[in-house]
Amino acid sequence: MNFELTEERQMLQDTLRRFLADRYTTETRNRIIESDAGFSAEIWNELAQLGVIGALFNEEQGGFGGAGFDLATVFEELGRAGVVEPFLDTAILGGGLIAALGNEDQKPLVEQVIAGDLQLALGHGEPASRYDLSRLETTARADGGDIVLNGRKAVVVNAEAAGQLIVSAREAGEVADETGISLFLVPSDAAGLGLRGYPMLAGGRAAEVTLDEVRLPETARLGGAGAAYPVLAARVAAANVALAAEALGAMETATELTREYLMTRKQFGRPIGTFQALAHRFSDLLIELEQARSAVINAAGHLDGPNRDLQIASARNLIGRVGRLVAEEAIQMHGGIAMTQEYELAHIAKRIVMTDHRFGDTDYHLERFIALSAA
Amino acid sequence: MDLSYSPEEIAFRDEVRAFLAEKLPREVVDKIRMGQELGKEGQERWHAILNEQGWLAPNWPREYGGCEWNAVQRHIFEEECAFANAPRIVPFGLSMLAPVLMKFGSKEQCDHYLPRILDGTDWWCQGYSEPGAGSDLASLKTRAVREGDHYIVNGQKTWTTLGQYADWIFCLVRTDPDVKQQEGISFLLIDMNTPGVEVRPIILLDGTHEVNEVWFTDVKVPVENLVGEENKGWTYAKYLLTHERTNIAGVGFSQAGLDTVKRMARAEMSGGRPLIENPHFAARIAQVEIDLMAMATTNLRIISKAAVGQAPGVEASMLKVKGTIIRQEINDLARRAAGPYAMPFASETAEGDNDPIGPDYAGPVAAQYFNYRKLSIFGGSNEIQRGIIAKVKMGG
Repeated sequence: MNFELTEERQMLQDTLRRFLADRYTTETRNRIIESDAGFSAEIWNELAQLGVIGALFNEEQGGFGGAGFDLATVFEELGRAGVVEPFLDTAILGGGLIAALGNEDQKPLVEQVIAGDLQLALGHGEPASRYDLSRLETTARADGGDIVLNGRKAVVVNAEAAGQLIVSAREAGEVADETGISLFLVPSDAAGLGLRGYPMLAGGRAAEVTLDEVRLPETARLGGAGAAYPVLAARVAAANVALAAEALGAMETATELTREYLMTRKQFGRPIGTFQALAHRFSDLLIELEQARSAVINAAGHLDGPNRDLQIASARNLIGRVGRLVAEEAIQMHGGIAMTQEYELAHIAKRIVMTDHRFGDTDYHLERFIALSAA
Repeated sequence: MDLSYSPEEIAFRDEVRAFLAEKLPREVVDKIRMGQELGKEGQERWHAILNEQGWLAPNWPREYGGCEWNAVQRHIFEEECAFANAPRIVPFGLSMLAPVLMKFGSKEQCDHYLPRILDGTDWWCQGYSEPGAGSDLASLKTRAVREGDHYIVNGQKTWTTLGQYADWIFCLVRTDPDVKQQEGISFLLIDMNTPGVEVRPIILLDGTHEVNEVWFTDVKVPVENLVGEENKGWTYAKYLLTHERTNIAGVGFSQAGLDTVKRMARAEMSGGRPLIENPHFAARIAQVEIDLMAMATTNLRIISKAAVGQAPGVEASMLKVKGTIIRQEINDLARRAAGPYAMPFASETAEGDNDPIGPDYAGPVAAQYFNYRKLSIFGGSNEIQRGIIAKVKMGG
């Protein structure tokens, strides 16, 4: 039994924490959020040079990490600083899918991702699919030697910046079947591909994507026809570890900001943290924060194991519950100041709560847990 | 014990409903439902419609143009307005300042200011909180020094709601720094156009501009703008706070919000079935609805006491705490119901592009969830309310 980070991960954590504390201030981040691109290419490239993206891939894929604890280490730090750059979308989802499914012609894209030279996005969720991973109405039909895609994709994060979109489509089966789902590499300039972009509440950008007779060569398919679901589910599992770790990091910051505020803000002639009613509530946050940390460790440790899905459902449910508590209590104990855009906690609280809207909310993961426990 | 309205009260409710159906503008309702800001013009429009009907000032006596409604009638009116998605009337002049002027102000002040509140000439805002005086309001530092027939005011107010539109601000200022905190405060009316008054916007976490900082630098205020006696302002402020607490439970808002959540949950599909049939989500809705049903009756119990002249005391604090918990729970349900479509930042995309991203109901819910965290912070935070309840009920 050993719950310490390895030396390499400790170094990664230290490097990343120092860089972000130094370069990713509240002002810088708020400027990035307001910018047209919604992320900073400069920060992205510097983090790539520091090896942050490489840490999310294993050696075989051209990286030097890729395990659950590598993902957790990186995303906890990104969460602590409220980073809005699309590491989840480009690296964990996009890069991860190409690394797992790509052929020799496609795999060089992963090197570009690790070098920081390529942005990616996953177009999978649809207007009617909510969090159901296998519910897919977008179609892929064979036409001569080509594939033709038709459908709509909802809230595709990082779609506008992506050089390639990885788009899921059904080649066979019924609307909720796991079999029959394929993934395709769609260049951002493909004819028939439409993007309607917008900013998101917690930073970053997404787009509604329409596919109207998008014609692709057979070589655009990632992996075998109709066989993408298991790999997709595995990458979404990795994304869930990353999201849980990101929320944990953000909760650490929310808790630390609250501690500082409680000990410096004076009302009725003394620091408000000396009122027992607030001190006890702050203690509850610390207790729940340790629960969240353990949940992330459970999920990260089982990412490549047989109990992956149960552990991840468990972690995301707990993180969802604790996240809401921490975000709401941190705001409440601060009072009005936490409601202002320029105060760090406002953004951090949004990051925490809005993770509940990607790849399943607290209730979705509770139901997954119940179903998997019964199985 | 009779849980139902009297025939007269039902007739009144029907009259209110008919009025709202006829006179509440459709565009205004759409904006409220979509969580969009109404702006000054939108607020003033609804203000004028109510004034024309003679229903703008439910709690004012008739001699000043009020309705003299009792507590039950006021409740019915507020509830129907909330159901109909009518704008909340800006309360600062009508239900905060006006009662203080009537009780403590001079005849000249009442005759001058009250008609201007009704006809919309003056938009009022409230100058209470300061950066160092929030929950501990009595520690306020904004200073007013008498010089001849003027006060010279210096200091800073904050969280001034809609101060950017205001013509006037009623302020708590310190006129005597050498006595017990509560005994050196005065209640002063200040023209926002006086030199030395500066309004600086505070942008909230959902990108909205509804509150401000108001700075005073050597602002000259005529002594006739003092309300009541010098150094008695704390008494007036406490009186005002009891009036601030009308509709404190927000039952109508919660019921309207719950209807919206149900509408969303019927439209959203989860696992191939409407979300409202999902047992976990259905349980969440049921739980908050059960709480709301009980609170609605608690609210009526307190209102019917008030209707026979028993002023609510600690019950107002109880309603504030429970009412905000329920409203915030409903906001959370709306956020959940929207699913992935809670993520787009609707107010940013709305400019020049009015088609919603995803279903129309999803646009405002996440921003509202964050914005309405303010409910348990402002008007005396829930921690302050719990302190009041404990102090009164434990006799400490």
